[in-house]
Amino acid sequence: MEAAGGTPFSARFVAGISERISIGVLALQGDVDEHIAVMRRVGVSAVGVKTRADLARVDGLIVPGGESTTVMKLLARFDLGRPLQDRVRAGLPLWGTCMGTIVVAREVAGLEQPTLGLIDIAVRRNAFGRQNDSAEVALAIPVLGAEPFPAIFIRAPWIERQGRGVESLAERDGHSVMVRERNVLCTSFHPELTADTRVHEYFLSMVLQASEAGRAAGIGNRRDVA
Amino acid sequence: MTETGTITVKRGLAQMLKGGVIMDVVTPEQAAIAQDAGAVAVMALERIPADIRADGGVARMSNLELVQSIMDAVTIPVMAKVRIGHFAEAQALQALGVDFIDESEVLTPADEKYHVSKHLFTTPFVCGARDLGEALRRIAEGAAMIRSKGEAGSGNIVEAVRHMRSIRDAIKELTVVPEEELTARARDLGAPLELVREAAREGRLPVVLFCAGGVSTPADAALMMQLGAEGIFVGSGIFKSNSPKAFAKAIVDATTHFEDPNVIVAASKALGKGAQAMAGIDLRNLPESELLASRGN
Repeated sequence: MEAAGGTPFSARFVAGISERISIGVLALQGDVDEHIAVMRRVGVSAVGVKTRADLARVDGLIVPGGESTTVMKLLARFDLGRPLQDRVRAGLPLWGTCMGTIVVAREVAGLEQPTLGLIDIAVRRNAFGRQNDSAEVALAIPVLGAEPFPAIFIRAPWIERQGRGVESLAERDGHSVMVRERNVLCTSFHPELTADTRVHEYFLSMVLQASEAGRAAGIGNRRDVA
Repeated sequence: MTETGTITVKRGLAQMLKGGVIMDVVTPEQAAIAQDAGAVAVMALERIPADIRADGGVARMSNLELVQSIMDAVTIPVMAKVRIGHFAEAQALQALGVDFIDESEVLTPADEKYHVSKHLFTTPFVCGARDLGEALRRIAEGAAMIRSKGEAGSGNIVEAVRHMRSIRDAIKELTVVPEEELTARARDLGAPLELVREAAREGRLPVVLFCAGGVSTPADAALMMQLGAEGIFVGSGIFKSNSPKAFAKAIVDATTHFEDPNVIVAASKALGKGAQAMAGIDLRNLPESELLASRGN
Protein backbone atom coordinates (compact mmCIF):
# COMPACT_ATOMS: atom_id res chain seq x y z
CA MET A 1 0.00 0.00 0.00
CA GLU A 2 1.24 3.47 -0.81
CA ALA A 3 1.21 6.20 1.76
CA ALA A 4 -0.94 9.30 1.54
CA GLY A 5 -0.15 11.44 -1.48
CA GLY A 6 1.94 8.68 -3.08
CA THR A 7 1.22 6.60 -6.13
CA PRO A 8 -2.48 5.86 -6.45
CA PHE A 9 -3.49 2.42 -5.39
CA SER A 10 -3.55 0.39 -8.58
CA ALA A 11 -4.77 -2.83 -10.08
CA ARG A 12 -1.32 -4.36 -9.88
CA PHE A 13 -2.37 -6.29 -6.79
CA VAL A 14 -5.17 -7.82 -8.75
CA ALA A 15 -3.24 -9.04 -11.77
CA GLY A 16 -2.88 -12.81 -11.82
CA ILE A 17 -4.89 -13.57 -8.71
CA SER A 18 -8.24 -14.23 -10.33
CA GLU A 19 -7.76 -17.98 -10.37
CA ARG A 20 -6.37 -18.02 -6.85
CA ILE A 21 -9.14 -16.37 -4.86
CA SER A 22 -12.91 -16.23 -4.73
CA ILE A 23 -14.84 -13.36 -3.18
CA GLY A 24 -18.22 -13.95 -1.58
CA VAL A 25 -21.00 -11.39 -1.28
CA LEU A 26 -23.54 -12.04 1.48
CA ALA A 27 -26.72 -12.55 -0.55
CA LEU A 28 -29.56 -12.54 1.97
CA GLN A 29 -30.74 -9.10 0.82
CA GLY A 30 -29.28 -5.97 -0.75
CA ASP A 31 -27.20 -4.82 -3.71
CA VAL A 32 -25.34 -8.11 -4.19
CA ASP A 33 -25.09 -8.12 -8.01
CA GLU A 34 -23.45 -4.69 -8.04
CA HIS A 35 -20.47 -5.95 -5.97
CA ILE A 36 -20.19 -9.14 -8.01
CA ALA A 37 -20.15 -7.08 -11.22
CA VAL A 38 -17.29 -4.85 -9.98
CA MET A 39 -15.24 -7.86 -8.90
CA ARG A 40 -15.73 -9.47 -12.30
CA ARG A 41 -14.77 -6.20 -13.97
CA VAL A 42 -11.41 -6.26 -12.19
CA GLY A 43 -10.98 -9.92 -13.12
CA VAL A 44 -11.81 -11.68 -9.87
CA SER A 45 -14.47 -14.35 -9.44
CA ALA A 46 -17.26 -13.49 -7.02
CA VAL A 47 -20.31 -15.42 -5.84
CA GLY A 48 -23.38 -14.83 -3.70
CA VAL A 49 -23.24 -16.36 -0.21
CA LYS A 50 -26.58 -17.62 1.15
CA THR A 51 -25.63 -20.77 3.07
CA ARG A 52 -22.90 -22.09 5.37
CA ALA A 53 -21.55 -24.20 2.51
CA ASP A 54 -21.24 -21.05 0.35
CA LEU A 55 -19.46 -19.26 3.19
CA ALA A 56 -16.92 -22.04 3.62
CA ARG A 57 -15.76 -21.67 0.01
CA VAL A 58 -14.76 -18.00 -0.10
CA ASP A 59 -11.47 -16.20 0.62
CA GLY A 60 -13.04 -12.85 1.44
CA LEU A 61 -16.57 -11.71 2.23
CA ILE A 62 -18.44 -8.52 1.35
CA VAL A 63 -21.53 -7.58 3.33
CA PRO A 64 -23.31 -5.32 0.81
CA GLY A 65 -25.73 -2.41 1.08
CA GLY A 66 -29.27 -3.21 2.21
CA GLU A 67 -31.37 -3.07 5.36
CA SER A 68 -29.49 -4.01 8.53
CA THR A 69 -32.57 -5.02 10.55
CA THR A 70 -33.63 -7.38 7.76
CA VAL A 71 -30.23 -8.98 7.31
CA MET A 72 -29.60 -9.43 11.06
CA LYS A 73 -32.90 -11.32 11.30
CA LEU A 74 -32.10 -13.48 8.28
CA LEU A 75 -28.60 -14.27 9.60
CA ALA A 76 -30.21 -15.53 12.81
CA ARG A 77 -33.07 -17.42 11.16
CA PHE A 78 -30.79 -19.28 8.77
CA ASP A 79 -27.96 -19.93 11.28
CA LEU A 80 -25.40 -17.98 9.34
CA GLY A 81 -24.36 -15.37 11.93
CA ARG A 82 -22.22 -17.60 14.13
CA PRO A 83 -20.30 -19.32 11.28
CA LEU A 84 -19.66 -15.88 9.78
CA GLN A 85 -18.31 -14.59 13.11
CA ASP A 86 -16.12 -17.69 13.48
CA ARG A 87 -14.55 -17.32 10.04
CA VAL A 88 -13.88 -13.60 10.41
CA ARG A 89 -12.37 -14.06 13.88
CA ALA A 90 -10.12 -16.73 12.34
CA GLY A 91 -8.85 -14.14 9.86
CA LEU A 92 -11.26 -14.09 6.89
CA PRO A 93 -11.11 -10.61 5.35
CA LEU A 94 -14.50 -8.88 5.48
CA TRP A 95 -15.72 -5.62 3.97
CA GLY A 96 -19.04 -4.06 4.95
CA THR A 97 -20.61 -1.34 2.78
CA CYS A 98 -23.22 0.88 4.49
CA MET A 99 -25.59 -1.78 5.88
CA GLY A 100 -22.57 -4.08 6.14
CA THR A 101 -20.88 -1.56 8.43
CA ILE A 102 -23.86 -1.66 10.78
CA VAL A 103 -24.09 -5.46 10.71
CA VAL A 104 -20.44 -5.99 11.70
CA ALA A 105 -20.13 -3.12 14.21
CA ARG A 106 -19.76 -3.69 17.93
CA GLU A 107 -22.87 -1.62 18.59
CA VAL A 108 -25.45 0.74 17.12
CA ALA A 109 -25.48 4.11 18.88
CA GLY A 110 -28.84 5.00 20.42
CA LEU A 111 -30.63 1.81 19.32
CA GLU A 112 -31.12 -1.65 20.79
CA GLN A 113 -30.12 -3.43 17.62
CA PRO A 114 -28.17 -6.70 17.54
CA THR A 115 -24.91 -6.73 15.56
CA LEU A 116 -22.12 -9.23 14.89
CA GLY A 117 -19.45 -7.32 16.83
CA LEU A 118 -16.56 -7.94 14.44
CA ILE A 119 -15.01 -4.46 14.57
CA ASP A 120 -14.63 -2.15 17.56
CA ILE A 121 -16.88 0.67 16.38
CA ALA A 122 -20.24 2.19 17.32
CA VAL A 123 -22.23 3.32 14.28
CA ARG A 124 -25.07 5.80 14.12
CA ARG A 125 -27.71 4.78 11.59
CA ASN A 126 -29.09 7.28 9.06
CA ALA A 127 -26.64 9.73 10.60
CA PHE A 128 -26.54 11.99 7.54
CA GLY A 129 -30.36 12.00 7.34
CA ARG A 130 -33.16 10.27 5.47
CA GLN A 131 -33.27 9.68 1.71
CA ASN A 132 -33.60 13.37 0.77
CA ASP A 133 -30.13 13.87 2.33
CA SER A 134 -28.57 10.97 0.42
CA ALA A 135 -25.72 12.43 -1.62
CA GLU A 136 -22.77 12.04 -3.93
CA VAL A 137 -19.62 13.38 -2.29
CA ALA A 138 -16.05 13.81 -3.60
CA LEU A 139 -14.29 12.11 -0.68
CA ALA A 140 -10.60 12.33 0.17
CA ILE A 141 -9.26 8.82 0.86
CA PRO A 142 -5.48 9.30 1.21
CA VAL A 143 -4.75 5.57 1.23
CA LEU A 144 -6.18 5.34 -2.31
CA GLY A 145 -4.17 8.25 -3.68
CA ALA A 146 -4.69 11.97 -4.23
CA GLU A 147 -7.70 11.67 -6.56
CA PRO A 148 -10.94 12.09 -4.55
CA PHE A 149 -13.27 9.09 -4.50
CA PRO A 150 -16.84 9.51 -5.87
CA ALA A 151 -18.60 8.34 -2.70
CA ILE A 152 -22.34 7.58 -2.81
CA PHE A 153 -24.01 7.96 0.60
CA ILE A 154 -27.56 6.52 0.87
CA ARG A 155 -29.32 6.96 4.22
CA ALA A 156 -25.79 6.41 5.40
CA PRO A 157 -24.42 5.72 8.88
CA TRP A 158 -21.28 7.26 10.33
CA ILE A 159 -18.82 5.82 12.80
CA GLU A 160 -19.56 7.57 16.06
CA ARG A 161 -16.94 5.93 18.27
CA GLN A 162 -14.01 3.72 17.42
CA GLY A 163 -11.63 1.63 19.50
CA ARG A 164 -7.90 2.29 19.66
CA GLY A 165 -7.09 -0.50 17.22
CA VAL A 166 -9.33 0.98 14.54
CA GLU A 167 -7.79 3.14 11.82
CA SER A 168 -9.88 5.87 10.21
CA LEU A 169 -9.24 6.00 6.45
CA ALA A 170 -11.70 8.76 5.46
CA GLU A 171 -13.88 11.40 7.08
CA ARG A 172 -16.94 13.36 5.96
CA ASP A 173 -17.91 16.47 7.95
CA GLY A 174 -15.63 15.37 10.78
CA HIS A 175 -17.06 11.85 11.07
CA SER A 176 -15.29 8.62 10.13
CA VAL A 177 -16.91 6.99 7.12
CA MET A 178 -14.20 4.44 6.24
CA VAL A 179 -12.37 2.43 8.89
CA ARG A 180 -10.23 -0.67 9.18
CA GLU A 181 -9.28 -2.95 12.03
CA ARG A 182 -6.98 -5.80 10.96
CA ASN A 183 -9.02 -8.00 8.54
CA VAL A 184 -12.24 -5.95 8.74
CA LEU A 185 -12.91 -2.96 6.45
CA CYS A 186 -16.00 -0.74 6.62
CA THR A 187 -17.27 2.01 4.34
CA SER A 188 -20.50 3.84 5.09
CA PHE A 189 -20.77 4.67 1.36
CA HIS A 190 -21.25 2.50 -1.75
CA PRO A 191 -18.18 2.03 -4.00
CA GLU A 192 -20.17 -0.66 -5.86
CA LEU A 193 -22.41 2.04 -7.34
CA THR A 194 -19.55 3.88 -9.08
CA ALA A 195 -17.16 3.12 -11.90
CA ASP A 196 -14.15 3.72 -9.61
CA THR A 197 -12.82 0.30 -8.53
CA ARG A 198 -10.15 1.47 -6.07
CA VAL A 199 -11.88 0.41 -2.85
CA HIS A 200 -12.63 -3.02 -4.32
CA GLU A 201 -8.96 -3.33 -5.25
CA TYR A 202 -7.92 -2.21 -1.78
CA PHE A 203 -10.09 -4.97 -0.29
CA LEU A 204 -8.61 -7.48 -2.74
CA SER A 205 -5.15 -6.58 -1.48
CA MET A 206 -6.32 -7.43 2.05
CA VAL A 207 -7.65 -10.77 0.79
CA LEU A 208 -4.47 -11.52 -1.09
CA GLN A 209 -2.28 -10.71 1.91
CA ALA A 210 -4.43 -12.85 4.19
CA SER A 211 -4.39 -15.81 1.85
CA GLU A 212 -0.60 -15.55 1.35
CA ALA A 213 -0.03 -15.22 5.08
CA GLY A 214 -2.26 -18.24 5.56
CA ARG A 215 -0.39 -20.27 2.98
CA ALA A 216 2.96 -19.29 4.45
CA ALA A 217 1.78 -20.45 7.85
CA GLY A 218 0.63 -23.70 6.26
CA ILE A 219 -2.97 -23.35 7.38
CA GLY A 220 -4.65 -21.90 4.30
CA ASN A 221 -7.34 -19.30 4.59
CA ARG A 222 -10.07 -21.25 2.89
CA ARG A 223 -11.87 -23.81 5.00
CA ASP A 224 -12.78 -27.22 3.64
CA VAL A 225 -16.46 -27.64 3.06
CA ALA A 226 -17.89 -29.73 5.87
CA MET B 1 -18.82 18.70 -3.67
CA THR B 2 -22.00 17.31 -2.11
CA GLU B 3 -24.93 16.66 -4.44
CA THR B 4 -28.32 15.37 -3.30
CA GLY B 5 -31.23 14.01 -5.35
CA THR B 6 -29.08 12.71 -8.21
CA ILE B 7 -30.25 9.84 -10.40
CA THR B 8 -27.58 7.66 -8.79
CA VAL B 9 -28.74 8.20 -5.19
CA LYS B 10 -32.40 7.90 -6.16
CA ARG B 11 -31.93 4.66 -8.10
CA GLY B 12 -29.42 3.60 -5.45
CA LEU B 13 -31.96 3.42 -2.63
CA ALA B 14 -34.06 1.05 -4.76
CA GLN B 15 -30.95 -1.08 -5.30
CA MET B 16 -30.50 -1.34 -1.52
CA LEU B 17 -34.03 -2.77 -1.23
CA LYS B 18 -33.35 -5.65 -3.63
CA GLY B 19 -34.15 -9.15 -2.42
CA GLY B 20 -36.47 -7.66 0.18
CA VAL B 21 -40.15 -7.31 0.98
CA ILE B 22 -41.98 -3.95 1.23
CA MET B 23 -45.17 -4.15 3.25
CA ASP B 24 -48.32 -2.01 3.29
CA VAL B 25 -49.13 -0.77 6.81
CA VAL B 26 -51.90 1.49 8.13
CA THR B 27 -50.70 2.07 11.72
CA PRO B 28 -47.37 2.52 13.55
CA GLU B 29 -48.05 -0.82 15.28
CA GLN B 30 -48.33 -2.60 11.94
CA ALA B 31 -45.13 -0.86 10.80
CA ALA B 32 -43.32 -2.25 13.86
CA ILE B 33 -44.65 -5.76 13.10
CA ALA B 34 -43.43 -5.44 9.51
CA GLN B 35 -39.96 -4.27 10.58
CA ASP B 36 -39.77 -7.03 13.15
CA ALA B 37 -40.62 -9.64 10.51
CA GLY B 38 -37.73 -8.39 8.34
CA ALA B 39 -39.41 -5.99 5.89
CA VAL B 40 -36.90 -3.76 4.06
CA ALA B 41 -39.38 -0.86 3.93
CA VAL B 42 -43.01 -0.07 4.65
CA MET B 43 -45.67 1.66 2.57
CA ALA B 44 -47.64 3.99 4.85
CA LEU B 45 -51.33 4.05 3.95
CA GLU B 46 -54.70 4.99 5.43
CA ARG B 47 -56.37 1.96 3.90
CA ILE B 48 -54.89 -1.13 2.29
CA PRO B 49 -55.90 -1.80 -1.33
CA ALA B 50 -58.44 -4.54 -0.44
CA ASP B 51 -60.31 -2.01 1.71
CA ILE B 52 -60.02 0.78 -0.86
CA ARG B 53 -61.56 -1.66 -3.33
CA ALA B 54 -64.37 -2.54 -0.88
CA ASP B 55 -65.07 1.04 0.26
CA GLY B 56 -65.14 2.70 -3.15
CA GLY B 57 -65.15 6.49 -3.36
CA VAL B 58 -62.07 8.62 -4.02
CA ALA B 59 -58.78 7.32 -2.59
CA ARG B 60 -56.23 10.09 -1.91
CA MET B 61 -52.77 10.55 -0.39
CA SER B 62 -52.84 9.35 3.24
CA ASN B 63 -53.23 11.58 6.27
CA LEU B 64 -49.79 13.13 6.84
CA GLU B 65 -49.96 12.85 10.64
CA LEU B 66 -50.38 9.12 10.14
CA VAL B 67 -47.46 8.94 7.70
CA GLN B 68 -45.31 10.91 10.16
CA SER B 69 -46.22 8.59 13.04
CA ILE B 70 -45.16 5.59 10.93
CA MET B 71 -41.87 7.33 10.03
CA ASP B 72 -41.28 7.83 13.76
CA ALA B 73 -42.09 4.20 14.59
CA VAL B 74 -39.48 2.44 12.42
CA THR B 75 -35.85 2.79 11.29
CA ILE B 76 -36.41 1.24 7.83
CA PRO B 77 -37.35 3.44 4.84
CA VAL B 78 -40.94 4.67 4.63
CA MET B 79 -42.80 5.03 1.34
CA ALA B 80 -46.16 6.69 0.73
CA LYS B 81 -48.53 6.91 -2.22
CA VAL B 82 -49.73 9.84 -4.32
CA ARG B 83 -52.46 9.88 -6.95
CA ILE B 84 -51.27 9.59 -10.56
CA GLY B 85 -50.35 13.08 -11.77
CA HIS B 86 -50.93 14.74 -8.38
CA PHE B 87 -47.64 16.62 -8.07
CA ALA B 88 -48.84 18.74 -5.15
CA GLU B 89 -49.39 15.59 -3.06
CA ALA B 90 -45.87 14.55 -4.07
CA GLN B 91 -44.45 17.94 -3.05
CA ALA B 92 -46.08 17.52 0.36
CA LEU B 93 -44.64 14.02 0.85
CA GLN B 94 -41.19 15.25 -0.17
CA ALA B 95 -41.43 18.14 2.31
CA LEU B 96 -42.54 15.69 5.00
CA GLY B 97 -39.40 13.66 4.27
CA VAL B 98 -40.65 10.23 3.21
CA ASP B 99 -37.95 8.08 1.60
CA PHE B 100 -39.85 6.99 -1.53
CA ILE B 101 -43.03 8.14 -3.28
CA ASP B 102 -45.30 5.64 -5.04
CA GLU B 103 -47.27 7.27 -7.85
CA SER B 104 -49.96 4.68 -7.64
CA GLU B 105 -52.92 3.39 -9.62
CA VAL B 106 -54.33 2.12 -6.31
CA LEU B 107 -55.39 5.69 -5.54
CA THR B 108 -57.92 7.51 -7.71
CA PRO B 109 -56.00 9.22 -10.57
CA ALA B 110 -55.82 13.02 -10.37
CA ASP B 111 -54.75 13.45 -13.99
CA GLU B 112 -56.07 11.24 -16.77
CA LYS B 113 -53.38 12.26 -19.21
CA TYR B 114 -50.09 13.01 -17.46
CA HIS B 115 -47.95 11.52 -14.73
CA VAL B 116 -45.81 13.56 -12.32
CA SER B 117 -42.51 14.85 -13.74
CA LYS B 118 -40.40 12.94 -11.29
CA HIS B 119 -37.06 14.48 -12.29
CA LEU B 120 -38.12 17.63 -10.46
CA PHE B 121 -38.02 15.85 -7.09
CA THR B 122 -35.24 14.95 -4.66
CA THR B 123 -37.30 12.06 -3.29
CA PRO B 124 -37.22 8.98 -5.53
CA PHE B 125 -40.40 7.60 -7.13
CA VAL B 126 -41.63 4.08 -7.81
CA CYS B 127 -44.30 3.56 -10.47
CA GLY B 128 -46.36 0.61 -11.66
CA ALA B 129 -46.17 -0.88 -15.15
CA ARG B 130 -47.94 -3.61 -17.09
CA ASP B 131 -45.49 -3.82 -19.97
CA LEU B 132 -42.11 -2.59 -21.14
CA GLY B 133 -43.42 0.52 -22.88
CA GLU B 134 -45.18 1.69 -19.75
CA ALA B 135 -42.09 0.94 -17.62
CA LEU B 136 -39.80 2.93 -19.94
CA ARG B 137 -42.22 5.88 -20.09
CA ARG B 138 -42.22 6.07 -16.30
CA ILE B 139 -38.41 5.87 -16.24
CA ALA B 140 -38.26 8.64 -18.85
CA GLU B 141 -40.36 10.76 -16.46
CA GLY B 142 -37.83 10.05 -13.71
CA ALA B 143 -39.04 6.93 -11.88
CA ALA B 144 -36.16 5.39 -9.90
CA MET B 145 -37.87 2.04 -9.48
CA ILE B 146 -40.56 0.06 -11.34
CA ARG B 147 -43.04 -2.45 -9.96
CA SER B 148 -45.50 -4.63 -11.81
CA LYS B 149 -48.99 -3.27 -11.33
CA GLY B 150 -50.62 -6.63 -10.82
CA GLU B 151 -54.13 -6.17 -9.50
CA ALA B 152 -53.83 -4.64 -6.04
CA GLY B 153 -56.10 -5.87 -3.26
CA SER B 154 -57.23 -8.88 -5.27
CA GLY B 155 -55.23 -11.62 -3.55
CA ASN B 156 -54.80 -12.99 -7.07
CA ILE B 157 -51.30 -13.28 -8.53
CA VAL B 158 -52.36 -13.76 -12.15
CA GLU B 159 -52.01 -10.11 -13.23
CA ALA B 160 -48.60 -9.71 -11.60
CA VAL B 161 -47.41 -12.81 -13.47
CA ARG B 162 -48.78 -11.40 -16.72
CA HIS B 163 -47.05 -8.03 -16.20
CA MET B 164 -43.73 -9.48 -15.05
CA ARG B 165 -43.59 -11.90 -17.97
CA SER B 166 -44.59 -9.17 -20.39
CA ILE B 167 -41.81 -6.83 -19.24
CA ARG B 168 -39.13 -9.52 -19.05
CA ASP B 169 -40.04 -11.15 -22.37
CA ALA B 170 -40.06 -7.80 -24.17
CA ILE B 171 -36.57 -7.00 -22.84
CA LYS B 172 -35.28 -10.43 -23.81
CA GLU B 173 -36.62 -9.92 -27.31
CA LEU B 174 -34.92 -6.51 -27.60
CA THR B 175 -31.52 -8.04 -26.83
CA VAL B 176 -31.60 -10.01 -30.09
CA VAL B 177 -33.22 -7.37 -32.31
CA PRO B 178 -30.87 -5.88 -34.96
CA GLU B 179 -29.84 -2.27 -34.26
CA GLU B 180 -31.70 -0.93 -37.32
CA GLU B 181 -35.02 -2.15 -35.88
CA LEU B 182 -34.72 -0.31 -32.58
CA THR B 183 -36.29 2.98 -33.71
CA ALA B 184 -39.37 1.13 -34.94
CA ARG B 185 -39.48 -0.81 -31.68
CA ALA B 186 -39.27 2.42 -29.70
CA ARG B 187 -42.17 3.80 -31.73
CA ASP B 188 -44.24 0.65 -31.10
CA LEU B 189 -43.41 0.67 -27.40
CA GLY B 190 -44.16 4.39 -27.11
CA ALA B 191 -40.86 4.85 -25.29
CA PRO B 192 -37.74 6.99 -25.86
CA LEU B 193 -35.19 5.41 -28.19
CA GLU B 194 -32.33 5.97 -25.75
CA LEU B 195 -34.01 3.88 -23.05
CA VAL B 196 -34.95 1.19 -25.58
CA ARG B 197 -31.29 1.03 -26.70
CA GLU B 198 -30.15 0.75 -23.09
CA ALA B 199 -32.59 -2.08 -22.33
CA ALA B 200 -31.47 -3.90 -25.48
CA ARG B 201 -27.79 -3.49 -24.59
CA GLU B 202 -28.04 -4.37 -20.88
CA GLY B 203 -30.83 -6.94 -21.04
CA ARG B 204 -32.56 -5.28 -18.09
CA LEU B 205 -34.28 -2.08 -17.06
CA PRO B 206 -31.95 0.73 -15.92
CA VAL B 207 -33.77 0.69 -12.57
CA VAL B 208 -34.77 -2.00 -10.09
CA LEU B 209 -37.88 -4.05 -10.97
CA PHE B 210 -40.12 -5.29 -8.13
CA CYS B 211 -43.34 -7.27 -8.18
CA ALA B 212 -46.57 -5.84 -6.76
CA GLY B 213 -50.24 -6.63 -6.86
CA GLY B 214 -51.67 -9.91 -5.62
CA VAL B 215 -48.87 -11.54 -3.58
CA SER B 216 -50.49 -13.37 -0.64
CA THR B 217 -48.44 -16.50 0.14
CA PRO B 218 -44.74 -17.46 0.48
CA ALA B 219 -45.05 -19.47 -2.73
CA ASP B 220 -46.43 -16.39 -4.56
CA ALA B 221 -43.29 -14.49 -3.54
CA ALA B 222 -41.01 -17.33 -4.66
CA LEU B 223 -42.85 -17.54 -7.99
CA MET B 224 -42.40 -13.84 -8.72
CA MET B 225 -38.72 -13.86 -7.73
CA GLN B 226 -38.10 -16.81 -10.06
CA LEU B 227 -39.89 -14.92 -12.83
CA GLY B 228 -37.30 -12.16 -12.45
CA ALA B 229 -38.68 -9.79 -9.83
CA GLU B 230 -35.87 -8.23 -7.76
CA GLY B 231 -38.08 -7.88 -4.69
CA ILE B 232 -41.68 -7.96 -3.52
CA PHE B 233 -44.39 -5.51 -2.48
CA VAL B 234 -47.08 -7.07 -0.31
CA GLY B 235 -50.18 -4.99 0.16
CA SER B 236 -53.25 -6.62 1.57
CA GLY B 237 -51.61 -10.07 1.72
CA ILE B 238 -50.21 -9.62 5.21
CA PHE B 239 -52.71 -7.67 7.25
CA LYS B 240 -55.72 -9.29 5.52
CA SER B 241 -54.48 -12.76 6.44
CA ASN B 242 -55.56 -14.26 9.75
CA SER B 243 -51.98 -14.25 11.08
CA PRO B 244 -50.07 -11.12 9.96
CA LYS B 245 -46.86 -11.73 11.93
CA ALA B 246 -46.48 -15.26 10.62
CA PHE B 247 -47.33 -14.31 7.03
CA ALA B 248 -44.93 -11.36 7.10
CA LYS B 249 -42.02 -13.51 8.28
CA ALA B 250 -42.86 -16.40 5.93
CA ILE B 251 -42.99 -14.11 2.88
CA VAL B 252 -39.62 -12.55 3.85
CA ASP B 253 -38.00 -16.00 4.18
CA ALA B 254 -39.47 -17.16 0.87
CA THR B 255 -38.26 -14.01 -0.91
CA THR B 256 -34.69 -14.51 0.33
CA HIS B 257 -34.50 -18.23 -0.50
CA PHE B 258 -36.87 -18.17 -3.47
CA GLU B 259 -34.91 -20.84 -5.34
CA ASP B 260 -34.95 -23.34 -2.46
CA PRO B 261 -38.30 -25.23 -2.22
CA ASN B 262 -37.28 -26.59 1.20
CA VAL B 263 -37.32 -23.07 2.60
CA ILE B 264 -40.76 -22.48 1.05
CA VAL B 265 -41.96 -25.67 2.76
CA ALA B 266 -40.53 -24.58 6.12
CA ALA B 267 -41.91 -21.05 5.77
CA SER B 268 -45.35 -22.33 4.78
CA LYS B 269 -45.44 -24.92 7.59
CA ALA B 270 -44.39 -22.27 10.11
CA LEU B 271 -47.64 -20.46 9.33
CA GLY B 272 -49.42 -23.18 11.32
CA LYS B 273 -52.45 -25.31 10.57
CA GLY B 274 -55.07 -22.61 10.97
CA ALA B 275 -53.27 -20.09 8.76
CA GLN B 276 -55.41 -18.58 6.05
CA ALA B 277 -54.18 -16.26 3.35
CA MET B 278 -56.42 -13.34 2.44
CA ALA B 279 -59.54 -14.18 0.47
CA GLY B 280 -58.96 -13.69 -3.26
CA ILE B 281 -61.02 -12.38 -6.14
CA ASP B 282 -61.43 -14.13 -9.48
CA LEU B 283 -60.64 -11.18 -11.74
CA ARG B 284 -62.73 -12.57 -14.59
CA ASN B 285 -65.78 -11.76 -12.48
CA LEU B 286 -64.74 -8.16 -11.90
CA PRO B 287 -66.22 -5.41 -14.10
CA GLU B 288 -63.70 -3.43 -16.17
CA SER B 289 -64.43 -0.28 -14.15
CA GLU B 290 -63.13 -1.92 -10.96
CA LEU B 291 -59.74 -2.93 -12.39
CA LEU B 292 -57.01 -0.72 -10.92
CA ALA B 293 -54.21 -1.73 -13.29
CA SER B 294 -55.75 0.07 -16.27
CA ARG B 295 -55.35 3.45 -14.52
CA GLY B 296 -52.46 5.46 -15.96
CA ASN B 297 -50.63 4.41 -19.09
